[in-house]
Amino acid sequence: MTLIIDLLLWTIVVALGLAVVARSQSLFVDSLRLAAREFLALLPRIAIGMIGSGFIAEMLPQHLIPSWFGSGTGPWGLVIASVAGALTPGGPVVGFAIAAAALKGGAGAPQVIAYTIAWALFALPRVLIYEIPSMPPRVVWLRVAVSLPLPFLAAWAAMIVGKP
Amino acid sequence: MSAPRRRRAFDWSAAVIAALAVTAAVTVYVRDGHERFLAILTDDLGLFGWMLPKVLAGCLIGSFVTLLLPRETIARWVGSESGLAGILFATFAGAIMPGGPFTIYPVAGALLAAGADAGAACAFVIAWTLIGYTRAIVWELPFFGADFVLWRVIFSLPLPILAGLAARAIWQSMARRGDAA
Repeated sequence: MTLIIDLLLWTIVVALGLAVVARSQSLFVDSLRLAAREFLALLPRIAIGMIGSGFIAEMLPQHLIPSWFGSGTGPWGLVIASVAGALTPGGPVVGFAIAAAALKGGAGAPQVIAYTIAWALFALPRVLIYEIPSMPPRVVWLRVAVSLPLPFLAAWAAMIVGKP
Repeated sequence: MSAPRRRRAFDWSAAVIAALAVTAAVTVYVRDGHERFLAILTDDLGLFGWMLPKVLAGCLIGSFVTLLLPRETIARWVGSESGLAGILFATFAGAIMPGGPFTIYPVAGALLAAGADAGAACAFVIAWTLIGYTRAIVWELPFFGADFVLWRVIFSLPLPILAGLAARAIWQSMARRGDAA
């Protein structure tokens, strides 16, 4: 599956690259230089983030998390789940792994939805490593601010619909 | 082409993460011994190597898109005057954009520099985060199964649009206050 996504990603790269070449070759060289500069600027941060994420995850009290957002915890459980999600480090799997463990350990589905959405939106290392260097900080903080209600909205919808 | 962006390889935000990572690494080493330490390090290095090509792809797409789409086009589609259609378009683009955070943020940054407004950029990033299919399929599905993921995505569908509209309203009222001052 990751292979298909990689292929798709690079197909887009090649298609866009050809379109740039078709327009102007010197423009193409310029854009490659621009992309390379971005890439090199992001590299050390990503190295720190990726290599650090495993160690940070290892430090988490993972066994405690399910009891914090059981299905009986109500709105308060949603708040705790959202805060816990925001504090969980980025990395592609950490949040999902913890949430799945919580679900198996008896956590409520709305709480787990709030947790995964909060983790996806706010995981601080991801915001600091990827988002801040790529976008103007004011837009990033605005993005975070308008995202604050979203874990609750999704969990609320889950409670009303009674799914999953 | 694109507006100059401040970009440093290492700044305060990287320093925070570096401090966290080093503290965690030292703690793991002391607490669990060097075998566990090496196992985690190998895992993390593998993950890092695995995602490097995606980072490069993200930078290339961002750079190409900036050059290909004239500023006026981007401003018309996803600029501050693009209305609800602009937010919907940004949401859709975010949802179908392949790749990880290392792809999406450079593209969002490039779009912003090229005339997209803050509301559209927020909708784009949030749509990728919450309803991006690559993430859901590759990472979420194996952990939760289809039923859970499907419902989670359905409940998330309106969220980027709401957040994008809110972001645009806040951004514009901040800009007005800035003009008045």
